[in-house]
Amino acid sequence: MGLREGALSIELKHVHKKFGDFKALDDVSLKIEDGELLALLGPSGSGKTTLLRVVAGLDPFDEGQVLFSGRDAENQKTHQRGVGFVFQHYALFRHMTVFDNIAFGLNVLPRKTRPSRDQIRAKVMELLNLVQLEWLADRFPWQLSGGQRQRIALARALAVRPQVLLLDEPFGSLDAQVRKELRAWLRRFHDEFHITTIFVTHDQEEALEVADRIVVMNKGKLIQVGTPEDVFHNPVNSFVLSFLGNVNFFHCRLEEGKAVIGESALEVPGLSVQRPQAAKLYVRPNQFKISRVFSPSALKAIVEYVNPAGTVVKINLKTESGQQILVEITQEELKNIKIKKHEKVYVSLKDVSYLEYVQDNP
Amino acid sequence: MGFKEFMGVITAPRTLAAYKLSFTTAFLSALINAVFGLIVAWVLVRYSFPGKRIVDALVDFPLALPTAVAGIALTELYTPTGWVGQYLGVLGIKAAFTPLGITIALTFIGLPFVVRTIQPVLEDMDPQIEEAAASLGANRWQTVSKIILPVIFPALLTGVTLAFARAIGEYGSVIFIAGNMPMKTEIVPLLIMTKLEQYDYTGATAIAIGMLVISFVLLATANFFQWLTSRNLGKA
Repeated sequence: MGLREGALSIELKHVHKKFGDFKALDDVSLKIEDGELLALLGPSGSGKTTLLRVVAGLDPFDEGQVLFSGRDAENQKTHQRGVGFVFQHYALFRHMTVFDNIAFGLNVLPRKTRPSRDQIRAKVMELLNLVQLEWLADRFPWQLSGGQRQRIALARALAVRPQVLLLDEPFGSLDAQVRKELRAWLRRFHDEFHITTIFVTHDQEEALEVADRIVVMNKGKLIQVGTPEDVFHNPVNSFVLSFLGNVNFFHCRLEEGKAVIGESALEVPGLSVQRPQAAKLYVRPNQFKISRVFSPSALKAIVEYVNPAGTVVKINLKTESGQQILVEITQEELKNIKIKKHEKVYVSLKDVSYLEYVQDNP
Repeated sequence: MGFKEFMGVITAPRTLAAYKLSFTTAFLSALINAVFGLIVAWVLVRYSFPGKRIVDALVDFPLALPTAVAGIALTELYTPTGWVGQYLGVLGIKAAFTPLGITIALTFIGLPFVVRTIQPVLEDMDPQIEEAAASLGANRWQTVSKIILPVIFPALLTGVTLAFARAIGEYGSVIFIAGNMPMKTEIVPLLIMTKLEQYDYTGATAIAIGMLVISFVLLATANFFQWLTSRNLGKA
């Protein structure tokens, strides 16, 4: 099925956009490769939706350039850019049947280029087949479930053969189960048709699972651009780190290759000896080792809660200084150490995600 | 009164002229309100400007104002020496004491009905559906005719019907500006009043029944179209 025509690259050069005094986009430069599946990830107000709308040509911007295949697209409208846009709340036409919704983009074509009724019918049925909802052709949008509406919105956007598909929080308002299914479906769809796709999400799990490349945004700036693996394991700063999943953080002093927290001196793998310095230590829940045996290089803590329901065991600990620590161990590890609530344990580091040096106060 | 006399009363030239005047002016004012009411509602929903709340409140003004006061005020404005009338006079247009004046008065009292019925529907309409239409290649005209109008049409029809119904029965605000010349600017409610003052109760009742039947048929038709155009819109 020919959903895609020609190669396309999108490039943003130093794009700025303000809403009043609020910097929605602050010097954003980004190149989107042909055929990739890109996630724009960030908290609300980070500018990710604005960026998507600027790429779509739905919102104007103040400074910079947006290039489609090397050509300035500023004066091109959304459909002239070959962009298919799927809105967060689907924006389906409620007075039209599912069929007419999908056919809309073809029905509004000038008479000269408009396909015949039969061709439109065939195209719509092909798209309904693609989203596996042929049996809903004669229904109205308000008769559909959220997940079905989402797929109809997608089919409608695909009807005009866009070269790039832009999705604004595509799974934002769906149930957890439907989200998961649609996520997998989008990934399969992309693998099959390789249509350049950009989607906005605030859900790190969604971005890590679906995307080829992730753009992490905050306060209108691009913080990090990279593969999910890259962004997850080599975060450029603590913002990216804490945004991409749970992380524990400790104030410590680095002394002789060890992190001193309270009375314990924890071994930090890979840390070279250097002059004493204050630092912040970021540790993912799965980077701890829990033991019942005392060690001077381990933190003493009390088990507050053990939750073995899940693929990993989640354990909440409280240190002597009152700090909460979230630890994840495997079910097997739990079987070995058999810890229970209120028990005393010793926590050491297997690894550290990120180390941030803090200026010493004189 | 037998059927023959009844028909005689309601087909008398003076009665027919009054029917014609009442229904055409009411219909015209309802049409004008369809356009203006839509514009006012659109501006109030989609734009923000200083004094918006005041304008929004002013929409209900014709409902609150005693109709006689409205009638006298409009007559003052539109007489050849009035604030508006003097400029219309320059253009050779006579408003007061003509069917035009009646239409103006009926438009004035009917506006809130159209605005207030369309407003909630417009507020409920996601502006993103317009963006969606545009992103699929629709031009502005296609977006308005294929997307916006079909959604607001039932409400618009309801509002226009209400304005029309109100205009047909309107008495207070019209009689001052109309001039009330038989055969020319005499509306049906006034004719009924005249008959009553002449103790011709059966004549008044006959004219009223004729009015009732025509109004009922028109409103039933409007309601049918309202149902026809809204049944695909789903729950509000």
